[in-house]
Amino acid sequence: MRDILSEIKERLKDRIDNWYEHNPRRIYFSIDKNDIREIAQILFEDLGLRFATATGMEVPEGFEIVYHFSFDKSGQIISVRTLINNKNNPEIDSLAVISPCFEWIEREMWEMLGINFVGHPNLKRLLLAEDWPEGKYPLRQR
Amino acid sequence: MSHKVIIPIGPYHPLQEEPEFFKLFVEGEKVSDIEIVIGYNHRGIEKICESKHFDQVAFVVERICGICSTSHPFAYVNAVEDLAQIEVPERALFIRTIIAEMERLHSHLLWLGLAGHFIGYNTVWMWAWRYREPLLDCFEMISGNRNHYAMMKVGGVRRDILDEYIPPLKKALDEINRAVDMFKGAVMDDPVIHARLKGIGVLTYDQAVEWSVVGPTARASGVDIDVRRDDPYGAYNRIDWTVVIRKEGDVFAKTVVRILEMYESIRIIRQCLNKMPKGEIDAEVKDIPPGEGIGHAEAPRGEVFHYVRSDGTNRPIRHKVRAPSYMNVASNKIAAVGQSISDATITLAAVDPCYCCTERVAVIDRFRNRKILDGWDLIRLSQEKTYKLRKK
Repeated sequence: MRDILSEIKERLKDRIDNWYEHNPRRIYFSIDKNDIREIAQILFEDLGLRFATATGMEVPEGFEIVYHFSFDKSGQIISVRTLINNKNNPEIDSLAVISPCFEWIEREMWEMLGINFVGHPNLKRLLLAEDWPEGKYPLRQR
Repeated sequence: MSHKVIIPIGPYHPLQEEPEFFKLFVEGEKVSDIEIVIGYNHRGIEKICESKHFDQVAFVVERICGICSTSHPFAYVNAVEDLAQIEVPERALFIRTIIAEMERLHSHLLWLGLAGHFIGYNTVWMWAWRYREPLLDCFEMISGNRNHYAMMKVGGVRRDILDEYIPPLKKALDEINRAVDMFKGAVMDDPVIHARLKGIGVLTYDQAVEWSVVGPTARASGVDIDVRRDDPYGAYNRIDWTVVIRKEGDVFAKTVVRILEMYESIRIIRQCLNKMPKGEIDAEVKDIPPGEGIGHAEAPRGEVFHYVRSDGTNRPIRHKVRAPSYMNVASNKIAAVGQSISDATITLAAVDPCYCCTERVAVIDRFRNRKILDGWDLIRLSQEKTYKLRKK
């Protein structure tokens, strides 16, 4: 069986900030937010991981996005964590240019948390109603 | 000659579980583009979960879907047990597996009935739903409810499957097995169904990978994924069963995958009933430590994904839920474009979105006569095509 973890470490090398294995099937690592598009490309296109979903949340330092990729041959879930260190104008590169499967979840994080996805082809509301007030983000803490 | 027509499907109908809105752009008979609008039933469950304690969340997420109502709690308890590293008693794992597979059976029967209805096989509709009933009775016997079973809890299950429940459950399984034999014959041997479903709504292997679709939608396109086997939870790694794969990617392949999966579900339940050990059905759960956990489960429609983060209090600080239709419905953009209108209904329904009812459909001519057709017309178009084929 392919050892996907050493392949990832081999490809990403020192771009991995922090590596943490909760158990052999649940792996988390952090990266710099400016590397996200390149790293997602490596994971999704080159290494063939399946994109499961992404979790966005507000943390005291700013906003955190955890992209969950799944390697189904071994049942491992590899979560890529990145921090957007800006409370007022959070921005990150959009991954929707890599594959359409990133499109909906980025729209959702955009409307729920107010994170701007730079380069998204169709950044409009997905779940919120049309008459929901502009600038109110339901999943922000306050 | 051809002018562009928009056919809106949805968003509201009392029979739908999940309102969605498909705007079909049509040129002549061909669908040239599709716009999918969701969110009509957004209830903010992720936000609600932040204000419930860990035991209550299982009940909240159960309400996400009325058809696959055990998959979300199942994925959620997997996530919390991953977070807090809780050992679940063997018997509870078997009971969870039985409930999840019973749910897959009734969900696939429900889909088969609706698919039959859309292409004009109303007998299949009636019979499929008739054979779903004994299963729902079994659910009522075990859990007290036909639909929201509330069996899952962090650390185990809430109700035991008593010895006296096993004979009627086995009897119902025999009955359903005979019914699935009948449906398999009806689908596989009918030339009209072949003509209606083969080569329709094709999603190729590469497209399935690119759109990251899950469940039967992926497996019908040759993508060999199934959470039950890949990342075993419950008792799936203690049981002998196989993953059903088809390569064609059309509606027919999706139908065949679901029918054959019903046999696997029956096999799994029978083995579980025989192998289920005696003992406790839940573990004692102490405080949930700070940290994060991921749980997923194979729902009838594909992978349900839950991420839970705890800060050490008795409530999750963040709970992310991703249902399988979130990935699958988006892929309709590929599958439906290029089809004729009469095939659109079955193509949209083939991913088994929680939205199966295309009753509220209207045809609008974009340029001149703003004529609006009743929703039944689209289903009638689809059914008429079958009748014509049958006459030939």
